[in-house]
Amino acid sequence: MIKFIPAIAALAAALAFAIDPALAQEPKPKLDTGDTAWMLTSTAIVLLMTIPGVALFYAGMVRKKNVLSVLMQSFAAACLVTIIWMVAGYSLAFSKGTSSLVGNLDLAFLEHLTVGGINGTIPDSVFVIFQMTFAIITAALITGAVAERMKFSALLWFIGIWSLVVYSPVTYWVWGGGFLGDAGVLDFAGGTVVHINSGVAALVAAVMLGKRKGYGTENLAPHNLVLTVIGGSLLWVGWFGFNAGSAVGANGGAGMAMAVTQIAAAAAALAWMFIEWINHKKPTVLGIVSGAVAGLVAITPASGFVGPKGALAIGIIAGLVCYWGATWLKPKLGYDDSLDVFAVHGLGGITGAILTGVFAVEAIGGTAGALEGNVGQIGTQIFGIAATIVWSGVASAIILFVIDKVIGLRVDEESEAEGIDFSQHGEMVR
Amino acid sequence: MKFIVAIIKPAKLDAVREALVEAGVPGLTSSEVSGFGRQKGHTEIYRGAEYAISFVPKTKIEVAVTDAQADAVVEAIKSAAGTGNIGDGKIFVQELGQAVRIRTGETGEEAL
Repeated sequence: MIKFIPAIAALAAALAFAIDPALAQEPKPKLDTGDTAWMLTSTAIVLLMTIPGVALFYAGMVRKKNVLSVLMQSFAAACLVTIIWMVAGYSLAFSKGTSSLVGNLDLAFLEHLTVGGINGTIPDSVFVIFQMTFAIITAALITGAVAERMKFSALLWFIGIWSLVVYSPVTYWVWGGGFLGDAGVLDFAGGTVVHINSGVAALVAAVMLGKRKGYGTENLAPHNLVLTVIGGSLLWVGWFGFNAGSAVGANGGAGMAMAVTQIAAAAAALAWMFIEWINHKKPTVLGIVSGAVAGLVAITPASGFVGPKGALAIGIIAGLVCYWGATWLKPKLGYDDSLDVFAVHGLGGITGAILTGVFAVEAIGGTAGALEGNVGQIGTQIFGIAATIVWSGVASAIILFVIDKVIGLRVDEESEAEGIDFSQHGEMVR
Repeated sequence: MKFIVAIIKPAKLDAVREALVEAGVPGLTSSEVSGFGRQKGHTEIYRGAEYAISFVPKTKIEVAVTDAQADAVVEAIKSAAGTGNIGDGKIFVQELGQAVRIRTGETGEEAL
């Protein structure tokens, strides 16, 4: 995404130079109302992905006694991360410092925002809030792994600290001028930043928290998949803001991102549905929705770089890999990632990031992938994946360890048995 | 008077209601319940995880009738709710001590 704006600017400058050398002095950035309109829209629908998208997607999958807690966790994440982003998160992710690891605090409290301030061709304020909605959903995604057993206070501490210590730096690495972007890692809309990042944190949290009481013995079936279908569908629609919005403009790149997003989501949904149909005799509602989300995750890093055929392949592969992660890998390794955040977002993100290096088309995003002869791009992608996994894994473990020592991560057994809606929030759904 | 409680398949509620109206039953109460009998529940699979659902959704109907109607009512429920398959349900017949129509204060068979 970040590579895109300078590319367009350079092109514009070159054209201006060809017409009249005098104009080539300092191409003054100019606000584009079309771009601005699309980015305002994208920002709104990416927020819709979290509230109520992720909130409902997750709420349907838990037992009835925990449904409010899950809705609350996504909603509270949206509120808390908003403030953290405003105070320091944005600055750490996007301020231009000398470090290749993290930004500085020059933009803390967003004091630089003015009515006339421009970033590329859109108001700076819109860019800040667009990026804020990404920080929000990344934090909210993690809550699926700790559902039905984590203490709300511990979750707030974790999300707050994690957003500053993990999300902002990784964003800086890829999009803010850090070492992954410099290394040529391709991540159009957040395969590493959002999905691998949250997926790995989710896995670490699920392992450190331990299994839910009754895991493997009691009936932990989803209580209302209607909510999950509504939430999953809102995610799908919102994802156009996520991926096509990451073009940061109303242009051909955004259109192509929208096209490949739709294709990959559908392909992955069908792949999951059919493999489940073969293995378990029934095409399930939860399966097709999970598959769609897996496809959306996997196309995220690729959405500005691949074409329709690449999207089809990425979707099918992601549907199968994420299905395998949720139904085989999780029980095999024995961790209780309640709502399969790692299987869908972690594995889906890794799959998408690698395949971006395979299917990238030079004529679309400016970088060729392995199929066009640039085999080294796969190595670059793996470098980006590894860096994200290591930092998210290690930092998440340390943060959780400290919170566990200070206030404890888990509700007590009795609270868990009676449901954390009542024990944590004093409310119940009847 | 007899108080008849029947546990039936939810899909059979309308058929049973029609059969009972035909048999001269003036009213009944139905509720959604769950339970198990010889059917022993079923399994559901979510993302590969198999859960034993031991309580199957059923419909419970309750109807108060005169002694003279009782056999015909049991017969009506049996034929309307039956499919011949496991999980068709059960009918229980109890003695009914008293019945009162709240609006008028009528008691006994008058109140049915």
